[in-house]
Amino acid sequence: MNAETRPLVEAVNLHKHFHGVDVLKGIDMTVAEGEVVCLLGPSGSGKTTFLRCINQLEIFDGGRLYVDGDLLGLRESGGSLHRLSEKHIAQQRRQIGMVFQRFNLFPHKTALDNVIEGPVQVGGVSKKQARIEAGELLERVGLSERADHYPAQLSGGQQQRVAIARALAMKPKLMLFDEPTSALDPELVGEVLAVMRELADDGMTMVVVTHEIAFAREVADRVVFMDGGVVVEEGKPADVIRNPQHERTKTFLSRIIAEQEQHAAAAAELVKPPE
Amino acid sequence: MAEQTVSEKPAATERPGKVEARPVRHPWQWVGVVVIAILAAMMINSFVTNSKWDWHFVWRVMEYRPVLEGLVKGTIICTLGAMVVGIVLGITLAVMRLSTNPVLRGVAFVFTWFFRAVPRYVLLVVLGVGVLYLYPKLDFGLPFTDVHFYTLDVKSVSSGILVGIIGLGLSEAAYMAEIARAGLLSVDTGQHEAASAIGMSRGKAMRRIILPQAMRVIVPPTGNETIAMVKDTSLLSAVPVTTELFFQANAVANSTYLVMPALVAAVIWYLIVCSILMVGQTMLERYFGRGFGGQTGGNKQSWRGRMLSLRAGGGGM
Repeated sequence: MNAETRPLVEAVNLHKHFHGVDVLKGIDMTVAEGEVVCLLGPSGSGKTTFLRCINQLEIFDGGRLYVDGDLLGLRESGGSLHRLSEKHIAQQRRQIGMVFQRFNLFPHKTALDNVIEGPVQVGGVSKKQARIEAGELLERVGLSERADHYPAQLSGGQQQRVAIARALAMKPKLMLFDEPTSALDPELVGEVLAVMRELADDGMTMVVVTHEIAFAREVADRVVFMDGGVVVEEGKPADVIRNPQHERTKTFLSRIIAEQEQHAAAAAELVKPPE
Repeated sequence: MAEQTVSEKPAATERPGKVEARPVRHPWQWVGVVVIAILAAMMINSFVTNSKWDWHFVWRVMEYRPVLEGLVKGTIICTLGAMVVGIVLGITLAVMRLSTNPVLRGVAFVFTWFFRAVPRYVLLVVLGVGVLYLYPKLDFGLPFTDVHFYTLDVKSVSSGILVGIIGLGLSEAAYMAEIARAGLLSVDTGQHEAASAIGMSRGKAMRRIILPQAMRVIVPPTGNETIAMVKDTSLLSAVPVTTELFFQANAVANSTYLVMPALVAAVIWYLIVCSILMVGQTMLERYFGRGFGGQTGGNKQSWRGRMLSLRAGGGGM
């Protein structure tokens, strides 16, 4: 295995159930370093749960999950498994950045303070250094002038870009995106996707749960289609999206593509100059 | 073409402009103002003309040294002390109640259950009289052995303000625990997740992210509790504590037979202390409301707005 294709995320037979309902029924998946993987699938397919397992916001019940070779949440010693302490779990999380559907910025802190919170409080970076780096990150997401604004004073798209900068401030090896544009007004989706696209171009390893088929087609190295807690189909975006092999993938894609084309047509209608 | 522009121009000037409408009249509001003004004038008149009010004596009681001492030591210091105990212990209890550890949850529940059930007056009597009777000395050391590091003579502190602070503080903690718990629960779960996602421990997330946001919900009822505590310090005579505002004012009343002026002096002091606390509360609310679009900071503005609209005869009260 050469260094470039080293698996950064490796899920083996991953199981998760909530109150007796199986949400993940044996997921096997690897994400190579530098790869961008989009998880597609209808709601309730387990894609968000899988993403949350990678960041240990959910604790898996079966199988194993490795990030950069580390077994997540567990330690094997003397032939038995032990749960990791909260401190160790926090350490494992530091190498993973996460962006949430509802942004989850800290509302009592300005954009800049949101970004420096992690490095200063957890990373042990000096406040001065963190401010410099946060300034650069905010510039990268195009929000230098908004550094002193509170989240409530920012649009949804701007908030989500600050959230991306906040996650990047911890210098993660892996970025997780949980439907990052689903809570946004349609006209604000583009700016967030643009930032993500740039991040992908810079070689960041990304796992993205999304319904943006166009984004998946253009940016992803691989798409994974999930339904009912299992991986139904995966492959190059062009293959899976243009030529799905499974019936469930076909149904889902035709429905969602029709929806998005409808939106696009409606938007085109709106911007068309009046007769 | 030229014709068209000519015919359009007057139309443009006829387009509706700035709204200059008369506000809705509220004649009954003015009737109310007049009635209240008459009542207020009657009251002030009686204050001035009825010599039994004896304002000169009220003023003397207010600045009488034992009364002032009671105000500072018994009322103000006790309020502050009891609230510090209550807030710190209350927030600790609230965090315990929401902990995943069943032992902590149980302890917090039993504490709250007990101190909410016992009336403050009874609690103060029990602490002031009962504890002294049961445990005249408190030994700190290894349990069930004769090893003592420190012995506290309960009698020396029992009659003091310390018992009052502890008693009122413990009772207050039970109420503050519920207030703090509501505050902590009001913070979105996404905030816990975002804090853990940047690698924060649960304790740090609580201190840096959750509590500051919970404070926005906790501060207003805490201000209320503080003001209630000012008044509850008048229960301190149960301990008994004598250096306390009401006790001292009452003592003046009993020894001079000028009951009303002495009690009015106490009332005025309570009014002054509570007014100052209300200002402090507004400032705290503004601080913890930052980033939330000044919902709490807007109070002053809306108050001013109401006053203005009253003056203009408008307003929707």
